[in-house]
Amino acid sequence: MSTKNGFLNWVDERFPLTATWKQHLSEYYAPKNFNFWYFFGSLALLVLVNQIVTGIFLTMNYKPDANLAFASVAYIMRDVDWGWLIRYMHSTGASMFFIVVYLHMWRGLIYGSGRKPRELIWIFGMLIYVCLMAEAFMGYLLPWGQMSYWGAQVIISLFGALPYVGNTITTWIRGDFVVSDATLNRFFAFHVIAVPLILLCLVVAHLIALHEVGSNNPDGIEIKKHKDPKTGIPLDGIPFHPYYTLKDIVGVVVFLMVFSAIIFFAPTLHGFFLEQNNFLPANPMQTPPEIHPLWYFTPYYAILRAVPNKLMGVILMACAIVVMFFLPWLDRSPAKSIRYKGPIFKFALLVFLVSFFGLAYLGMQEPTPTVTDFSRIFGIGYFGFFLLMPVYSAVDKTKPVPDRVTGHGTSEGPAFVATESVEGVAR
Amino acid sequence: MKKLIALVLLVAPLAVHAEGVKLEKAPVNFENKASLQRGAKIFANYCLSCHSADAVRYNKLEGIGLTEDQIAQNLMFAASKVGSRMTVAINPADAAKWFGVAPPDLSLATRAYGANWIYTYLQSFYRDDSRPTGWNNTVFKNVAMPFPLWQQQGVQKLVVEDVKGANGKMEKVDHLVLATHGTMTRVQYQAMVGDLVNYLDWVSKPNKATREKTGIFVLLFLAVLLIPAYYLKKEYWKDIH
Amino acid sequence: MVNDKEVDRGKRRFLLAATTAMGGVAAVGVAIPFVASMWPSARAKAAGAPVVVDVSKVEPGMQITVPWRGKPVWFLHRTPEMLSTLQLHNGRLRDPDSNDPQQPPYCKNPTRSIKPEYMVVVGICTHLGCVPSFVPQINPPGVPHPWEGGYHCPCHGSLYDLAARVFKDVPAPLNMVVPPHKYLSDKVIKVGEDA
Repeated sequence: MSTKNGFLNWVDERFPLTATWKQHLSEYYAPKNFNFWYFFGSLALLVLVNQIVTGIFLTMNYKPDANLAFASVAYIMRDVDWGWLIRYMHSTGASMFFIVVYLHMWRGLIYGSGRKPRELIWIFGMLIYVCLMAEAFMGYLLPWGQMSYWGAQVIISLFGALPYVGNTITTWIRGDFVVSDATLNRFFAFHVIAVPLILLCLVVAHLIALHEVGSNNPDGIEIKKHKDPKTGIPLDGIPFHPYYTLKDIVGVVVFLMVFSAIIFFAPTLHGFFLEQNNFLPANPMQTPPEIHPLWYFTPYYAILRAVPNKLMGVILMACAIVVMFFLPWLDRSPAKSIRYKGPIFKFALLVFLVSFFGLAYLGMQEPTPTVTDFSRIFGIGYFGFFLLMPVYSAVDKTKPVPDRVTGHGTSEGPAFVATESVEGVAR
Repeated sequence: MKKLIALVLLVAPLAVHAEGVKLEKAPVNFENKASLQRGAKIFANYCLSCHSADAVRYNKLEGIGLTEDQIAQNLMFAASKVGSRMTVAINPADAAKWFGVAPPDLSLATRAYGANWIYTYLQSFYRDDSRPTGWNNTVFKNVAMPFPLWQQQGVQKLVVEDVKGANGKMEKVDHLVLATHGTMTRVQYQAMVGDLVNYLDWVSKPNKATREKTGIFVLLFLAVLLIPAYYLKKEYWKDIH
Repeated sequence: MVNDKEVDRGKRRFLLAATTAMGGVAAVGVAIPFVASMWPSARAKAAGAPVVVDVSKVEPGMQITVPWRGKPVWFLHRTPEMLSTLQLHNGRLRDPDSNDPQQPPYCKNPTRSIKPEYMVVVGICTHLGCVPSFVPQINPPGVPHPWEGGYHCPCHGSLYDLAARVFKDVPAPLNMVVPPHKYLSDKVIKVGEDA
């Protein structure tokens, strides 16, 4: 014991190991009423690690060359021992990353987690989300299948909508007049090193900002307002370690069961995670009959297609993401959490949810007039939720916000029956 | 929970691909090693002269219960080593000149086209003298490949009939009729194509058996791990009031 | 917050140990496929598969080179004169009796071969991996005399005799490697499989 402490002291005199451990884990006081929705932050971190580790091992055998890329993926899948597992972990991980991040963002939305004083946490989070989209988009080109190729072709062409500079920019991005070996090689560079580096820095910033102001909670109140006068510890706070580390382990095991079920029994998930057409090598002479991005991009893709003007479509699609950055300032309600918000906000949230899933579904369909019409309706629902928020959240009737957190995790009082429909998935 | 159900209902229709032609279900069964081995032989005899399976090494066929010697003696016409890949001698540029397109590689055939599609496709060739090859297909319009199995199946003709539809209107319905018998009966031919598609599906997913076996083990392990992890959390959370 | 009376320390310790142990097993389990993926792949194994060589066309005194696992393997057809020279310089060799395990047991003999007339050896210098040159002549210029025929490494001057045994006072420490091989018939040799 004494040698262990001796070693620890030796390190602590040179590096704040114990202090860091305390600051971020054993003496980081998190509200004791975290519920189901609070698993997804740590799960996102887990998937990030999964993507980095599997990604490193994939690069050992992948060849970023238009003539070799497709075959090198087949080589990984067949000739490399356990290569199939590493590749499926990476491809499934990509989709799971978006699933946990979307659920994490939804948590922020219903509990007002990005509102003052946590605006920067939200902004960093949104930047992570944007990086993740860039990472996913560029990574999807690498297998050099038909969907890789044509997906990249379509998305890069979006920049062509910019007035005056459009064509110049698309040529510059591709490094060629079509998507080609040059494009593949630079996307590889961005995908394996540039974007992951930025992503990691943003994750660190996200966590530092979080630990500076402290976590929000399902009641949307500040636990730091009520501290133990002797210790200075928030009365409703509990040390993150061991309480939330142990709780998160349970979440991790359950998550891994879902993750493994997909990897081992349905790695393509009926075309949702790996598209059928991407098992054909890229052919610049022939576009596949159905072309749409993977599921996580389809809400935006539907918005893009709903607009008859190319430039406006691109602008609106970009706005659909940009508008989310402003969420902390759009919400004028005195209550942060959905638990104490009024019926108008809950209705608006429902409209948003339906619109988002509706757009996601429509983005996968062939663009018939019906699909376009519905896309427009859902698009209005999507933007309406954000743009009208300053109005409806201000006039909405809220319930009195409690002083202290209510319940912890599993048990909640009867006062919250009204929120069952929104939080229902939690149980 | 309601939301989850709604979500499932919303996305469920996507899983089923809407196609013009009704596809027949291919008899895919990786446990049926005899079928896979027959399929391998059919593939080597009728497909592998034009279609490669570039990602597949011959010795991988040990996975369908063949020994290296059996593979070398019965299936390897073009290669010398059992470790070599299933390539073809045909030059893609020449093939493109002869057929209009180079014959696609079949390593991932069922991943890319679907087993049912290939199964139906191989039964849907018919005589069409307007085509350069003399063959057409109801599943794949104006297909470039001349029908390689016509001696077995026989020659089909496309017959178009006027049929009274459900709404009382006359509709044009086409179906295939066997004009000249082949060396096989319909049942025998279907079985042959079934074996071939079974094999092609196996070639597309050669690690499926290992994958699923590993998966069961992993899931069971996680299920067991969940028990102490859950009670550990519960035990510590007794502290929190 | 924490009430010590309620805490069952034994139970906690047990659950903690159980979870940690299983978590450790899981971590090892996850590591296995990643480590395994770094072994030679099916492609490398196929490329490294045994090579069958017909030596019937190799004239006496001639040598051919055939790649096996990316390395040059020599097949030297030794004449009776060449074989007789092998006895002359045992005293000048580092390991004349092939005691170092540089050959399969069935080649631990004076000629380091299965059939004396055919030498099969991986032509890579045991010093730093260069490919020595074949110098079959008696006392040619460029090598130290007396020279009864053998191999000379161009990189650092290591010298071997016609059984690929290394001479003393050169940088190479060991005799060249005799790969596993066997005769499929009188003149057909399979390299990569033991006899």
